[in-house]
Amino acid sequence: MEFIDYYNILEIQKTSTEADIKAAYRKLARKYHPDLNPNDENAKKKFQQINEANEVLSDPEKRKKYDKYGKDWKHADEFEKANQQQSQSRTSGGGQQSYGSSGGDFSGDFSEFFESMYGSGARTKQTKFRGQDLNAELHLNLMDVYKTQQQTLTVNGKNIRLTIPAGVENGQVIKIAGHGTPGANGGPNGDLYITFTIASHPKFKREGSNLYATVDLDLYTALLGGDLQVDTLDGKVKLKVAPETQSNTKVKLKGKGFPVYKKEGEFGDLYITYNVKLPTNLTEKEKELFTELSKLRANGN
Amino acid sequence: METRELILIEHFCTNHEIEFSFIDSLHAFGLIEVIIHEDNKYLQQEQLKDVEKMMRMHYDLDINMEGIDVISHLLKRVNSLQDELRITQNKLKLYEKED
Repeated sequence: MEFIDYYNILEIQKTSTEADIKAAYRKLARKYHPDLNPNDENAKKKFQQINEANEVLSDPEKRKKYDKYGKDWKHADEFEKANQQQSQSRTSGGGQQSYGSSGGDFSGDFSEFFESMYGSGARTKQTKFRGQDLNAELHLNLMDVYKTQQQTLTVNGKNIRLTIPAGVENGQVIKIAGHGTPGANGGPNGDLYITFTIASHPKFKREGSNLYATVDLDLYTALLGGDLQVDTLDGKVKLKVAPETQSNTKVKLKGKGFPVYKKEGEFGDLYITYNVKLPTNLTEKEKELFTELSKLRANGN
Repeated sequence: METRELILIEHFCTNHEIEFSFIDSLHAFGLIEVIIHEDNKYLQQEQLKDVEKMMRMHYDLDINMEGIDVISHLLKRVNSLQDELRITQNKLKLYEKED
């Protein structure tokens, strides 16, 4: 088992008094408490370590064992028994040595214990504790959140039927009350927080409920005007391109964007940017005609 | 009034083994809303999480009412800034080059 330096964690010396330990714990607990550091995994881990260190060092018996046996302090009782038996067999002239179990008041992993009981170090009576909140991440495509839909998630072995509202944003967090871990001593359940990660779309970039897309426009339609079919998220639309449309011209298609979160039937806009494409692999005839055109311009027409 | 969504403060304090005066203090500082109905005082269900958080601050971390007030305000700002950061990061994605 890797050695955890509890004195280091509490930033105190090995000679610190009980009062020093208490003061150090209080100071660090206020700094790293999860309530005061929302969405901070590092603070949460640090808080668990601080609680574990305090539980051991603030108890004189446990501290004594920890100081004597270091990383093996949890097996202190075994060692003590073994030492006693050894010294007994020496005085009685030999005999079988046997090692019993420790008696088990340190069963289980301390860190797991504190994971479910953070913040309760000062209150050890039968208080009701609210269960811990759970966090989950749901990865979706853009089209998955274009319409409100239901999905079944499995969290901690339990199936949860979840309604994903249309328009939910990347990074948005939704709370499902009461679906966290069960409370202790009859306390209420914690909550489940689901963070949505929405993948980028190859054609459309999203900003809130507006969408942005770039569409290629051939030279002739750009110069002479015409019709152009463009894709939207709910099908194709035909656009009228005005003559002499420049590259990077933007057009707004009202209501063709993304659904507005929690506003049924309301949509943002789609902004199309034209990218005028020049023809390539010109034939000799085309080159001739373009050369003539260029001369027309050069002559000031 | 829908009493289903209201929690009787007396029961809440008994279950959590805290003094009624603590809830009174939170109310006096404007940190929570107390509903009075037929001479009974209630908390709203959606406030429970915040009240429990303030209980932990006070009883576990020894933070006084003034401190809870300041921390609650700062936590609201932190949450708001985290939301703003998320929105800004999403906007920046618009300018990321496609591979």
